Amino acid sequence: MMKFRFRRQGADPQREKLKQELFAFNKTVEHGFPNQPSALAFDPELRIMAIGTRSGAVKIYGAPGVEFTGLHREMATVTQMHFLPGQGRLLTLLDDSSLHLWEIVHHNGCAHLEEALSFQLPARLGFDGASGPPTLAHITVILLVAAGNMAALGTEGGSVFFLDVPTLTLMEGQTLGPEEVLRSVPDDYRCGKALGPVESLQGHVRDPTRILIGYSRGLLVIWNRAAQCADRVFLGNQQLESLCWERSGSTLVSSHSDGSYAIWSADAGSSPVMQPTVATMPYGPFPCKAINKILWRDCASGGHFIIFSGGMPRASYGDRHCVSVLRADTLVTLDFTSRIIDFFTVHSTRPEDEFDEPQALAVLLEEELVVLDLQMPGWPVLPAPYLAPLHSSAITCSAHVANVPAKLWARIVSAGEQQSAPPAAGASSWPITGGRNLAQEPSQRGLLLTGHEDGTVRFWDASGVALRPLYKLSTAGLFQTDCEHADSLAQAPEDDWPPFRKVGCFDPYSDDPRLGVQKVALCKYTAQMVVAGTAGQVLVLELSDVPSEQAVSVASMDLLQDREGFTWKGHERLSPRTGPLPWPAGFQPRVLVQCLPPAAVTAVTLHTEWSLVAFGTSHGFGLFDYQRKSPVLARCTLHPNDSLAMEGPLSRVKSLKKSLRQSFRRIRKSRVSGKKRAVNTNSKLQEANAQLAEQACPHDVEMTPVQRRIEPRSADDSLSGVVRCLYFADTFLRDAAHHGPTMWAGTNSGSVFAYALEVPLAAAGSEKRSERAVEAVLGKEVQLMHRAPVVAIAVLDGRGRPLPEPFEASRDLAQAPDMQGGHAVLIASEEQFKVFTLPKVSAKTKFKLTAHEGCRVRKVALATFASVACEDYAETCLACLTNLGDVHVFSVPGLRPQVHYSCIRKEDISGIASCVFTRHGQGFYLISPSEFERFSLSARNITEPLCALDIRWSHGAAQASYKLQESPKLSQANGTPGILLAPQSRDGSPNPVCGTKAGAPERPEATLSPMSVDSAISADTTLDTTGDITVEDVQDFLG
Amino acid sequence: MNRSFHKSQTLRFYDCSAVEVKSKFGAEFRRFSLDRQKPGKFEDFYQLVVHTHHIANTEVTIGYADVHGDLLPINNDDNFCKAVSSANPLLRVFIQKREEAEHGGGLATGSLSRRKKALALREEGPRRRAHLHIGLPHDFRPVSSIIDVDILPETHRRVRLYRHGCQKPLGFYIRDGVSVRVAPQGLEKVPGIFISRMVPGGLAESTGLLAVDDEVLEVNGIEVAGKTLDQVTDMMIANSHNLIVTVKPANQRNNVLRGGRAASGSSGRSSDSAASSRHSLQAPAPPGLPAAAADDMESDEEPDVVLEGDLEPRAAPRLPPPGGGGGGGLTRLNGSGPASGLHGGGAQSRESSLHSLHRLISSLRSDPRHSLALPPGGVEEHGPAVTL
Repeated sequence: MMKFRFRRQGADPQREKLKQELFAFNKTVEHGFPNQPSALAFDPELRIMAIGTRSGAVKIYGAPGVEFTGLHREMATVTQMHFLPGQGRLLTLLDDSSLHLWEIVHHNGCAHLEEALSFQLPARLGFDGASGPPTLAHITVILLVAAGNMAALGTEGGSVFFLDVPTLTLMEGQTLGPEEVLRSVPDDYRCGKALGPVESLQGHVRDPTRILIGYSRGLLVIWNRAAQCADRVFLGNQQLESLCWERSGSTLVSSHSDGSYAIWSADAGSSPVMQPTVATMPYGPFPCKAINKILWRDCASGGHFIIFSGGMPRASYGDRHCVSVLRADTLVTLDFTSRIIDFFTVHSTRPEDEFDEPQALAVLLEEELVVLDLQMPGWPVLPAPYLAPLHSSAITCSAHVANVPAKLWARIVSAGEQQSAPPAAGASSWPITGGRNLAQEPSQRGLLLTGHEDGTVRFWDASGVALRPLYKLSTAGLFQTDCEHADSLAQAPEDDWPPFRKVGCFDPYSDDPRLGVQKVALCKYTAQMVVAGTAGQVLVLELSDVPSEQAVSVASMDLLQDREGFTWKGHERLSPRTGPLPWPAGFQPRVLVQCLPPAAVTAVTLHTEWSLVAFGTSHGFGLFDYQRKSPVLARCTLHPNDSLAMEGPLSRVKSLKKSLRQSFRRIRKSRVSGKKRAVNTNSKLQEANAQLAEQACPHDVEMTPVQRRIEPRSADDSLSGVVRCLYFADTFLRDAAHHGPTMWAGTNSGSVFAYALEVPLAAAGSEKRSERAVEAVLGKEVQLMHRAPVVAIAVLDGRGRPLPEPFEASRDLAQAPDMQGGHAVLIASEEQFKVFTLPKVSAKTKFKLTAHEGCRVRKVALATFASVACEDYAETCLACLTNLGDVHVFSVPGLRPQVHYSCIRKEDISGIASCVFTRHGQGFYLISPSEFERFSLSARNITEPLCALDIRWSHGAAQASYKLQESPKLSQANGTPGILLAPQSRDGSPNPVCGTKAGAPERPEATLSPMSVDSAISADTTLDTTGDITVEDVQDFLG
Repeated sequence: MNRSFHKSQTLRFYDCSAVEVKSKFGAEFRRFSLDRQKPGKFEDFYQLVVHTHHIANTEVTIGYADVHGDLLPINNDDNFCKAVSSANPLLRVFIQKREEAEHGGGLATGSLSRRKKALALREEGPRRRAHLHIGLPHDFRPVSSIIDVDILPETHRRVRLYRHGCQKPLGFYIRDGVSVRVAPQGLEKVPGIFISRMVPGGLAESTGLLAVDDEVLEVNGIEVAGKTLDQVTDMMIANSHNLIVTVKPANQRNNVLRGGRAASGSSGRSSDSAASSRHSLQAPAPPGLPAAAADDMESDEEPDVVLEGDLEPRAAPRLPPPGGGGGGGLTRLNGSGPASGLHGGGAQSRESSLHSLHRLISSLRSDPRHSLALPPGGVEEHGPAVTL
């Protein structure tokens, strides 16, 4: 006899076909700044820039929208990268001593990055050239010569090897050993000491046969490859760090480990040259740190730039990350907030030009990329159109707003423009302009909001491939924080020397952790938004195009509601500044509501039509009328048995610590167990990032066997009162005949409170309603018997579609909901999805995800999936991310599983926690503190890079045979999502339109078509009454 | 269920000493009250009930709904007192003709679910077989059962834990482990989930149906193979109200014998292998059938229930645990607990790997265990018991 059946969709071929037209999983593009960059390269001919990371990723950027991503199969740090100029090919060196050649190739008119060749250096132990043949032990530097056809590899042992780049083979017999060089060195310099590793190799712009070799000991040699002899020898005695050969070839600059640099003349005098013409220690006389890299650039207008990194006085500024730019008498010490990886100048490299004419200086730092305009006086910073440092302050929350109206978009953009300094006349534009973006202009605007630890909310243009900063809202100005005074004091007495200039926006230090933004909600129709923070502050803001000076009205709401025996021992609430405050154009605060006790806000929602804002903390939730500036409702959600909560935060902190410890243990364990499992190819990059993160934390070996307690959740678990979600809806709560405003709140312990609201009607023709008070009456209280935290609540209309946002219907932007009755409420808990009828709350359909799959719901969203085959067919589905990092899609209201894909590694807890879904079946999650991965579940709605590059070098058929393997990223971008599909979705067919549909218009909500298929399904949904034991306890207060 | 209780609060008497009684017979209600402190004798109550309902000439059984919504019998002074004292605040009494109650119709109460009816029916069992000596308490509730004996391989056991209405914690822990299976290529090691610890006094321990080092194979019908420890934990917790775990007991000596058709060991074994293959075929369920139906079917499955503290003849017969007294064998299954505790993880897995081998061997020759001295009830153990 059959005991159990999996709730599985019948293999209806028609439905399967439809599913393929609706759903497809693609990881499309990574937004933000690459995590832990380790190498930089620039191709001056194609004007593209490459960044390599410690996890082995290679990212190439050109003009905005032109992006290529590749990932080495080896999980090793990219230590060096060199473009073969003009060829769209890139030679990379990893720290496992392997060389890789990457190519940008065109498929179907779109360019992609592919690994063409790789070369593992012979893994023999190196020995220092004295006896036996020199071996290629460890490459220190690479120089491409002969237009990139040959590479000179300098090694630790002091030899220079030559490599044929097109085939990646060593050219035997051409190796230049140190003893050969020593022959042209006077005996007294030789004195038995080795030359040390090759520190620098420089080519001559005009004469490719001559190579400048710098050895660690200080010896510089201009080697003539044609004549196989040293043209000139410079007997430096200071340990060499880097070299630069001036364009004409007559001057050399060497930088040294003692913080000095020397200029040598290559023309005059006899060889060997004993002394440099100039040797200076720019930040002397006290001991200085090494100058790691130095550049010399000529200008047509006379003079030259000397740009170097490091060299700071060891004692006083040894901890600073500085790049110094020196031109004539002008010295600027660029003071960065994170470590300098590398830098380059954008300048002319054509051999026929007499001068370098540097246009811009690009500095790659550990956490951001800064580009300075060297042609403008004062060398201003050029705003980057991509590589946005998302994490300039840690991201604490994010939200996505789709289909932003053009008017609001323009207002936000203009507010953002007023924030940044207006660009001076004649300012040059972004210098890295390679490639062409083939993607169509996105037809709708998507806004990504990120809340940060320092109390700012950043607005990003997420419509296309390049995530562009639009506007930054700071809420810190409203509050008094003690840090400001200290800050202003510290700023003033800085010495004139060195002439520091703070550059870059990465600022990991938060002034006050209470300022941190926890939740953000924006109404795109009224340009009102609510920002809620760590200290229980809830700010209602409104967009204003002009600066203003006004006082913000402050209210506080006690969410404990006279519960006795509770004393808050956590942080104090923020004290707001009183009196009129100046506000720049942009979002300006109108009302501040402070929750008491000032615990972090855990849920917030805004209804602009009713001028209501609802917010919840770990203690309860409140409802505030921001038009009349009066509180409407406060309700404590603490369970009477919740002793931990009632005893106050002292024990709460303890339990938090305990739970943190437990969860860390769990993470550690799951990591260990996760390693044993097969590596999923599509998450290699994240794997790599996570491994890096793992290296950071010490490995501790826990030998105790992992065991898990099997105990159902009880009512008196701590933190049961945390409000997890809040929701406004115009629906049927009292009776089936009258609908009206309602507010819903769900808690951590599976309780749902539904309030009927009495909102006075708006006067005709105005959006402001009359000045009568809003009333809230508790309508229903649902206790989910499985007591899992309620993750989301949504009301579905008579046709089973979610209700539109406020103003959406009244402004004809969405089809009006069916208000004829038959509404239902979808309650998603961490374990189950359940649809209840309204107004009588009884279970209609449900899906027990945890009971079936063993995974728990982390994030859910209702999304509209448009079909690729049919222009105006779309379905609304429930997208769900689980704690295992899988994305499931369910039909609504049938709650039938449609597809599921594995998306995030389950060990990547911060990635799972940061995931946001868009309204149109896309999503974002953090793959590192600084990068959002964008993915799409929709077969139609895909935002991915589509670009072309004009490459001089043509990709011959012969080379094609060397092709090893496509990078995993490419295969996604290529439109073959097959490898990413979970076995369950079993279609694996290539997405037929992927390549052409990028940026395809996201469907406006207004054209939702009736859900024919789904209604057919829902017809046969059985009333699942088996779970009598898990029946919900519904208390009806309206009777 | 609970909703109705909440609603009834509006009807409550504010006189604390009186207990409101709502008595239902068929579709008829009677209301009267009792003194909470001195409810009196069961006989008096019985007379009162049959009198108020005007059914003095019929044999009836009386039951009441306790705070958890369970239907419990009132048939002596003790449980009558308990019923009155636990009335919260209304005492709901259900009356049924005795013959109806015994004919599988259950107490015909419209307000209680079918499952509750089934439980009530089962409770009637001992009364019917009055010749069996059954001790106190009478107002029990099932806490666990062995189910699906007929479709499972005999090496496996499907245990249902009813946590509903029980204040005891479920009380067990699970861990990762290695299980050894016989594959066509030979023995192969596969990761498995095992019970690692029992909480003393917990529900799992008190049932005696689960033991340390039992391998968990399924949770509420879903195979745990390929799932992580955390996933299985979450599945169990999500199902904790009605948890059905299929285990391969570490101790294979107490396997349930197929009731009825266990005439000969060889036939039992052959049906066993057939059943196991059938079972494996069933795992991918035919599509389209909602889980609701499956759940319903499963809830109808009652005859395998093992009740705590009671020797239930209809429960699958079994060998008394070695060394244990014959009496409480059903509940004190892990009276062999110390023995099973001796099996280390390695021994356990070795043992499990040997099961199938042993089964092959034992199917070729007659089981020596048949010669063991068995209780006269015809209870015998056959199947793949392995001594290490």
